[in-house]
Amino acid sequence: MSATLAAAQTLSINIGAVGYGLAAIGPGIGIGLVFGHAIEAMARQPEASGRIQLYMWIGFALTEALALIGLIAPFIFKYS
Amino acid sequence: MTGDIAAAAGGCHIFSGCGYPAPGLNDFYFQKLFSIGGWNVTKPELIAVLCVIIIVAFFWAAFAKPKMIPGKAQSLGELAVLLVRDQVIRPVLGAKGDVYMPFLVPMFFWIFVMNLMELIPVLQFPSMSRIGFVWPLVLMVYAFYWYLGFKSKGFIGYFKSWIPQAPWPILIILIPVEILKYVFIQPFTLGVRLFANMFAGHLLLSIFMIATWYLTSLSVGLLYAAGSLFMVFFVFLLELLVDLLQAFIFTTLTATYIADSLEHGH
Repeated sequence: MSATLAAAQTLSINIGAVGYGLAAIGPGIGIGLVFGHAIEAMARQPEASGRIQLYMWIGFALTEALALIGLIAPFIFKYS
Repeated sequence: MTGDIAAAAGGCHIFSGCGYPAPGLNDFYFQKLFSIGGWNVTKPELIAVLCVIIIVAFFWAAFAKPKMIPGKAQSLGELAVLLVRDQVIRPVLGAKGDVYMPFLVPMFFWIFVMNLMELIPVLQFPSMSRIGFVWPLVLMVYAFYWYLGFKSKGFIGYFKSWIPQAPWPILIILIPVEILKYVFIQPFTLGVRLFANMFAGHLLLSIFMIATWYLTSLSVGLLYAAGSLFMVFFVFLLELLVDLLQAFIFTTLTATYIADSLEHGH
């Protein structure tokens, strides 16, 4: 019985690792877009770079949250 | 190294027949150090108290007796306060945001110092990677921006200000989304972002630190250990950046939420 449980836990943590890989795709594209467009905007209007940087970091934070939730989700489901 | 795992790893090295003692959730649980009354004090709590003492001592030294011509401590303190004011508060809230400096400046530095504790030897634990340390902070921010919303727009007015300008068929979709955003998503993501960043950072650091110790043996493992040690320094620098960034983002988002509560009309 405990062997089955251990096997199930190993399986669940492995699936968690795959799940994190999947969860990182979207934010990866998103963070690329955020920084790419911010750099483009700053190149076009260097005098507005302070304001652009601020919104760049906010956008980065909002996008990154998804990847981080993906990271902790396997741990939550393993132990609940 | 991180306490329990390091003890478990002990004499465990590569080619000695034992597997890599990977860090996991157990790394985030601590035995109680001592108890005060019924309260069991653990390492993360002590670190949090230490950080409060550091912050209070720093600002006390800087601003207890302010002078016209600032001394060393006061110059540094002014630099710190102006950093937060000019990089975080002014761009979001404008000059009227200066009122909220007593709330936002200590918050920035407390989060920053708390996060830095993951890099300091012996301590090496970011208390924010226990989510219980994050929620009170988030609750404070949450209560604060609701209070400001009610104060500046009135009870009904605040809820009305959530409704964006849009044609009514879109509003059917948009209103539940906006309600969900203000009530649940904003505080949730604010807390989880800080927590998960510190959690991931601590795991990354401990993975490479334990790997360095595990790979050290008189064999080809020494070469791998050198590679792992390089990664430790790389992750160390990365975490230095992440620590500052998380403090910055937490404060910026708080300022943004405050600005949301204050501004009239969408």
